[in-house]
Amino acid sequence: MLPGDLIARESAFDERTAQDLPAAWDCLGQVMDPEVPVVSVVDLGMVRDVEWVDDHIRVKVSPTYSGCPATELIEQLIAEALMEAGFRNPQIERVLAPAWTTDWITEQGREHLRAYGIAPPAGSGKRALIDAETPVITCPHCGSQDTEVVSQFGSTACKALYRCRSCQEPFDYFKCI
Amino acid sequence: MSQRNDLAEYLLRLGDSALVTGQRLCEWCGRAPALEEELALMNVGLDLIGQARGWYDYAAELLDDGRNADALAFKREERDFRNLLIVEQPNGDYAITTLKLFFYDAWHLPTLEQLSESSDERIAGVAGKALKEARYHFKRSSEWVIRLGDGTDESHRRISDAVDRLWRYTIEMVNIDPLEQELAKTGLAADPAFVAEQWQARVAKVFEEATLKLPEPAVPFYLNGRQGLHTEHLGQLLAEMQFLPRAYPDATW
Ligand SMILES: [Zn+2]
Repeated sequence: MLPGDLIARESAFDERTAQDLPAAWDCLGQVMDPEVPVVSVVDLGMVRDVEWVDDHIRVKVSPTYSGCPATELIEQLIAEALMEAGFRNPQIERVLAPAWTTDWITEQGREHLRAYGIAPPAGSGKRALIDAETPVITCPHCGSQDTEVVSQFGSTACKALYRCRSCQEPFDYFKCI
Repeated sequence: MSQRNDLAEYLLRLGDSALVTGQRLCEWCGRAPALEEELALMNVGLDLIGQARGWYDYAAELLDDGRNADALAFKREERDFRNLLIVEQPNGDYAITTLKLFFYDAWHLPTLEQLSESSDERIAGVAGKALKEARYHFKRSSEWVIRLGDGTDESHRRISDAVDRLWRYTIEMVNIDPLEQELAKTGLAADPAFVAEQWQARVAKVFEEATLKLPEPAVPFYLNGRQGLHTEHLGQLLAEMQFLPRAYPDATW
């Protein structure tokens, strides 16, 4: 890169202010979960807050599972996307409380999950496994409600393994937590 | 000892039991009896290792002696580990693995229920998250105990043998540890009496459904994981787990 380019970009960075927070949200809406690449970190409800502190942007991120190996990567992807959009030194703060819940996944996120072949969470995450009643899970392939759980643990921490009795296809279910 | 040290000690107990359980589960990687089981064991293990990190991060801050979470996991000696004896026991067959996990989960769940309401915000935060995960862990391991106990003659025999072999270590789930009792009084730790009661009730209920005979309550013996007095198995587990960071201290991913 030529020295002149660097200076020109630096001055562009300086223009980002607190007024640009809506643009930051738009930018984060383009950052996808690496394990479910059709749902953004905003639609997953992982981005809890975006604020302007000491002339810098600060993003509060809530990890999905304690041991999710993608947590660091997601934080890095968020920081990179913001820098790309002209925010200098974005601060990423990890927040554990209140604990992330599937209740925070947006309608759009649920729609994208379904279209991708993953049944979105059904029922309340806060009551998951506390209520005796088990929610009815709809097959994302054929729409049948005649489905059964194979295992509460699937290919990643956030998914359970299901089977459809109508179309016989296996599918992932984004389990309530 | 100051309360700060006591709390760090308690956090190490929580972290060590979670880490050692996670490490034992990872030993099943590539060898579980079914693909679904392999996925489940690795998921549970990952959850626990993530939780251990949460406890170690906080313990490291309280200890404030230059060690971070990695140093606490990989640079401490066997005698410094504070995990429950049951979690360090070898995996054995699937009945032993399942029962170890079930006894731990039945202790972990009420512990986290209490900790999620700890007077310490940081503890409540880590526990509140872990609790949601532990509910799935407990559900899974109890279903497996029932499936094996109320299954074929062989599965019943195997899980019964596992009960005989592991029962003595359950003393640590029901005894009242003085340090934890003290910390519980200030609302920081889980109340050991509550945890013991919950553990007994949960185990009795699942054993009944699994058609397993509930042994007489375990009695204390000369080992005590909370004081660093372990069975010989922990040393071997640590030798494997800690090998890489000890042999190559500067290794990075
Ligand atoms: Zn179907």
